[in-house]
Amino acid sequence: MKVTSYHKGDAGEFVFTADNETRAKAIVARYPEERRTSAVMPLLDLAQRQNGGWLSREALNYVANYLEMAPIRVYEVASFYTMFNLHPVGTHLVQVCRTTPCWLNGAAVLTETCKKRLGIGLGETTPDGTFSLVEVECLGACANAPMVQINDHYYEDLTPQRLTEILDDLAAGKEVPSGSQTGRMSSAPADGFTTLKDRLARKPADPTGDLPDAAAKGA
Amino acid sequence: MLSDKNRIFTNLYGQDDWRLDGALRRGVWDGTKGMIALGRDEILQRIKDSELRGRGGAGFPAGLKWSFMPKQNTGRPHYLVVNADESEPGTCKDREIMRNDPQRLLEGCLVAGFAMGATACYIYIRGEFYDETVRLQTAIDEAYAAGLIGKNACKSGYDYDIYLHRGAGAYICGEETALLESLEGKKGQPRLKPPFPAAAGLYGCPTTVNNVETIAVAPEILRRGVAWWTGLGRPKNTGTKIFSISGHVNQPCNVEEEMGIPLKELIETHAGGVRGGWNNLLAIIPGGSSVPLIPKSICDEVLMDFDSLREVKSGLGTAAVIVMDKSTDVVAAIANLAHFYMHESCGQCTPCREGTGWMWRVLTRMVRGQASVAEIDTLLDVTYQVEGHTICALGDAAAWPIQGLIRHFRPELERRILDYRKHAPAAAAAE
Repeated sequence: MKVTSYHKGDAGEFVFTADNETRAKAIVARYPEERRTSAVMPLLDLAQRQNGGWLSREALNYVANYLEMAPIRVYEVASFYTMFNLHPVGTHLVQVCRTTPCWLNGAAVLTETCKKRLGIGLGETTPDGTFSLVEVECLGACANAPMVQINDHYYEDLTPQRLTEILDDLAAGKEVPSGSQTGRMSSAPADGFTTLKDRLARKPADPTGDLPDAAAKGA
Repeated sequence: MLSDKNRIFTNLYGQDDWRLDGALRRGVWDGTKGMIALGRDEILQRIKDSELRGRGGAGFPAGLKWSFMPKQNTGRPHYLVVNADESEPGTCKDREIMRNDPQRLLEGCLVAGFAMGATACYIYIRGEFYDETVRLQTAIDEAYAAGLIGKNACKSGYDYDIYLHRGAGAYICGEETALLESLEGKKGQPRLKPPFPAAAGLYGCPTTVNNVETIAVAPEILRRGVAWWTGLGRPKNTGTKIFSISGHVNQPCNVEEEMGIPLKELIETHAGGVRGGWNNLLAIIPGGSSVPLIPKSICDEVLMDFDSLREVKSGLGTAAVIVMDKSTDVVAAIANLAHFYMHESCGQCTPCREGTGWMWRVLTRMVRGQASVAEIDTLLDVTYQVEGHTICALGDAAAWPIQGLIRHFRPELERRILDYRKHAPAAAAAE
């Protein structure tokens, strides 16, 4: 379970920007009119993005008010899900996957690499506010282990050296391409395909067409 | 080995265009109107005849699940909810479907939704899959623009909406009723069943929750015919399956193979073999973290399907194969999973909330051997007190890996305890 505390300080008023107001309306429209509360998670995510990566009390209350929910219902949700940050985080939130498939491939070394390079412990933020470091449970990229998530993106097939370079580049304000860091195509075998080596020629699809005769008759 | 012409996910690695044009070229959305023209009952019957079993872990027959939905319109909306909250450690297959072949999933949403009389579909994708969410949303937008979904979908006369909903980091939301709670804007805490979702699911309306892969393969079964699908695999374990192979193999990968492929063949053909050779194998978790591990002696012969793995007291689960070679500290590997379940317990049921933490703490001591031999049985006993005594299966999932460890590696646990005593007699005596 997530251990929760809320930020104590006054973070200032929170109001959706005009762009986010438009986005919020589109999000709420995905759900039946009388089920607006379904939008609470996407709206908290929107608020968190606008608020620099974390949710202040003001932001939580704003979302509660926006969806006409009791604030406690919003607090319950914000405190339950790990992706909602209830304290300020650095510009780059480094999340090291620690669960067994990554662990078997050196996740613990990656955590140590981050600690050493950033000079902070787990759950901490660098004094300049550039990096925060946490360990998270399985991120679902196990065939590309070990990996980390930094903000929205996955960095896969890592070595400690490559991870240090990534952190250096981010610290220097450079863009780092996400995905596999060894140039591998998604989760294909690294030394080459064992399947699907040739493109199969198929007749292009006709969505409004009939099934092949045999299939139509149930053969 | 499965031949390429029998593979469904022909863009599994993203080697081709993932967008609608590419998907149409690969034959996705071919004859979809014709499928819908078969009618609800005929589609249900064919999916039942295909013996397709759910790909999300439990292996429940999909056609049967769909048939639980009310036959008549109840005057309320009916929903299909797609479980894309892929979080089971070891599992990374749905991610490839969503980012590389998203139209296949959407076609399945339409056909499966029609077969169960759904009026709309929500796809619940795990929050961490941000890039995948962006792609899937693009795919939904393209499908709407092309008239494949929405009003009069594929000119079939059937109106059908698909919405995407992002989670926010909670393994438990992969449990179907927790997922529904979450989709309603609440904490993801599982509901007591009955009522089952088919009677009272999302917003209290009839709902069916299915895994991404289950939904994505359904149209291909109808397109190529039931006989084609049942010709692959073994009875009750039919068709193809995406296997995620991770851990100590030379070439970790996802691969679509025939159900029932021998585990050894799967690893040697596609994953480049076990690091250091097959004889360097210690144990494998064959179906995602929730199923008990099996030692090498079983791995030598076992087939990868639901019933074969059940016979050896493990399970196919999500077909996520986690390989551990002889360098692995197997106790620490399972303690790591125990930490996972402790972290992901929703806290609703006492046996799970307290038990997962307790089991992790004891296992952590056992990694060092700092325990007594009698505690092994105490630990085993506690796993049985958690298993089956909770609302959802997370309690079971937390218990099984530990039961597997004790079943196959009890001598290793005992050896560590005796070793620790030998080297730290004072500490041991003080206990």
